[in-house]
Amino acid sequence: MIAEAGLAALWLAAALAAMQVVLAAIGVRRVLAAPDDESALTTDLIGAVRPVAIVQGALAALAMAMLIAVFLRSDMSVLLVAENSHSEKPWLYKFAGAWGNHEGSMLLWVTILGLAGGAVAIFERSLARATLTATLGAQALIALGFYAFLLFASNPFARIEPAPADGQGLNPLLQDPGLAFHPPTLYIGYVGISVAFSFAVGALVARDVGPAFARAMRPWVLGSWIFLTLGITAGSYWAYYELGWGGWWFWDPVENASLMPWLAATALLHSVTVLATRDGLRAWTVMLAVVAFSMSMIGTFLVRSGILTSVHAFAVDPTRGSFILALLVLYIGGALALFATRVGTVRVGNTFDPVSREGALVANNLLLSVILGVVLIGTLYPIIAAGFGVQLSVGPPFFDKAAGPVALLLVVVMAAGPLLRWRRDGWRALTSRMAVPGAAFAIGLVALLAFGRGVALLPLLGLALAAGLAVASVAPLWRRNLLRTPLFTWGMVVAHLGIAVSLAGMAAESAFTKQTLVAARVGEPLQVGPYTVTLKGISPVIGPNWSALEAHLVARRGDAPAIVLRPQSRFFTNPVTVTSESAIATRWDGQVYTVLGQIDPSGRVQLRLWWKPFVTLIWLGGALVALGGALSLFGRLLRERRARRRVEAEAWA
Amino acid sequence: MRRAALALSLLAAAPAFADSTLPAAPLANTQLPDPVLEAKAQALMVTLRCLVCQGQSIADSDAEMAGDMRALVRQRIQAGEQPAQIRDWLVARYGDYVTYDPPFSLLTAPLWIAPLALIAIGLWLARACFRRRRR
Repeated sequence: MIAEAGLAALWLAAALAAMQVVLAAIGVRRVLAAPDDESALTTDLIGAVRPVAIVQGALAALAMAMLIAVFLRSDMSVLLVAENSHSEKPWLYKFAGAWGNHEGSMLLWVTILGLAGGAVAIFERSLARATLTATLGAQALIALGFYAFLLFASNPFARIEPAPADGQGLNPLLQDPGLAFHPPTLYIGYVGISVAFSFAVGALVARDVGPAFARAMRPWVLGSWIFLTLGITAGSYWAYYELGWGGWWFWDPVENASLMPWLAATALLHSVTVLATRDGLRAWTVMLAVVAFSMSMIGTFLVRSGILTSVHAFAVDPTRGSFILALLVLYIGGALALFATRVGTVRVGNTFDPVSREGALVANNLLLSVILGVVLIGTLYPIIAAGFGVQLSVGPPFFDKAAGPVALLLVVVMAAGPLLRWRRDGWRALTSRMAVPGAAFAIGLVALLAFGRGVALLPLLGLALAAGLAVASVAPLWRRNLLRTPLFTWGMVVAHLGIAVSLAGMAAESAFTKQTLVAARVGEPLQVGPYTVTLKGISPVIGPNWSALEAHLVARRGDAPAIVLRPQSRFFTNPVTVTSESAIATRWDGQVYTVLGQIDPSGRVQLRLWWKPFVTLIWLGGALVALGGALSLFGRLLRERRARRRVEAEAWA
Repeated sequence: MRRAALALSLLAAAPAFADSTLPAAPLANTQLPDPVLEAKAQALMVTLRCLVCQGQSIADSDAEMAGDMRALVRQRIQAGEQPAQIRDWLVARYGDYVTYDPPFSLLTAPLWIAPLALIAIGLWLARACFRRRRR
């Protein structure tokens, strides 16, 4: 019954989404034809859209709750549960396993989409009614496509007759707490961008592209950007400890699929600020919202269709990929067509001097878009080449060479941007403000050239630029009353500092990592970086649904207390898989990373050991970036609330 | 001890763990003694694709074929070959698919020119939003 209730909720939600589209379309038409129309019919049509959107979101959430319920109960008569779960799995993986598969992850997608639409309906108060209604209509239209996809091509609630005795289990690589947090975080990010896109469509339909629209859209862009940042950061750390070779970013299609929306959202975040504060970059901001949403759709398509081979891919299904491809073409094509027909009605916004805050933000947008273009072309190129009958691979060397220098240039712009005034500034003033950060860069560069032997060019520049950026990013706080500095300025400072921290981590990892791969005997001391690691022995371990061999390693550095590390090689029976569980010890200046490999017939044990100086800065920086975003978001919301109170108070006076 | 024996026998039986019963080549999972040569080999290995994996380089894959290719790269580096020669040899044998660094050709020209072309297009587009500075 639970599964049927879920399916019924899904159908009802789809029907409400259809109703939402129709109501919004008729309502917006009437309002646009006669803006002063206050007739009962028009007000009723427009008024009905909000509650419908809210109920639609609630029903989608109900369907998701039902799916989680059948997974928790291990109801093997539901096909999806039988194929992807097992009764002996720990409960966390039953719970998170609900979205560790194709159908469930798509249901999670529309659930978040529906809830986001409901949230817009509840909380958005400042937009003109035509714009808001068109926005909710666009949101429902997106949801409708995904409801159709679920109901017709990937029903998560299908039954199986007769029910098997037990399920086939979840891919052991996914049996990790990461599964509980990583996909929902990323999906909230993706879907948040769809809300920004709906706002853009709403503003285009209602011919209302201006600062008010930008202010309404900004919290959604910021919010989804925070979640994308967290999702990518967490995903990178998950891959780092789970895949067991010490890598934290592989330029893999699935990683690129999450990076591209992030790049677009980052650009959008900065251009929407120009639109909200200075009423510039109107058409460009709308275009970016369309691009950002396209990237999150392409991301979903790449991940779900399995058209590109990826180390992170799970539960891919090429036939369903074509359905998502059709949706992708429909939505992006429709949005671009709308953009093309309406861009003429978007008046040119304010212009400005090249040397100004706006100018730096344009440079930021330009460089982010170039990186985005490089990542997109690099990711899709193997498919294009395959169309010409050539098999080729595009990987880290290409992305490092093509995107790396642009990213470093972006860091320079990022250091200078916040130190520029709006509208108009001078080169000379900028140079004097950049003196201290420039000195930090120069000192870093000289120190590395003197002491860091043989550091490659990109990590070298990366470390020196990180030093300069760190100084420049806190410069906006210089000589200011820190208590009176607005929260969103703090947010910018923290986010930019986070990028510097992360960049330092990436460069340090790439420049100074030490690797030791050996076939070790028990008791033999092994050197990795500053540590001496000794294998004390191998013992078996039994877990809830796996058995494992565990190495007992002791790592010593100087007089510091010894570190005990226990990497495992785990054996799962449902389905049959072996995974390496790395053991990582974190110290203030880096991580010792150990992996247990095979045991050869002579009794020697394969060990992979790394010393990764300051690698943790990569994810610490990512967390700081997200924190900065959160500070900005709260700062903006607080200020808006205060402004609204003031307006209300004046109205009463 | 029985548990250990059980776990060991299970591991030996696991197909993903060992693709064949042959022991791995000596240099598949151990480094070259000379750190300079090893760094050279490592730099090459991260740019070579493991042909049987889901998009991993041979430097970070557990697959047996990746191990064999690592051993091959290390042996040839040790014998004094240059990384470019080894890459060419592998490309001749397995096609462009094996290298993550696509060689420049008529087909890959758009890929390599893309960054510069994008910057040029971007600058041309951005020009519109700037005001000419009055003299």
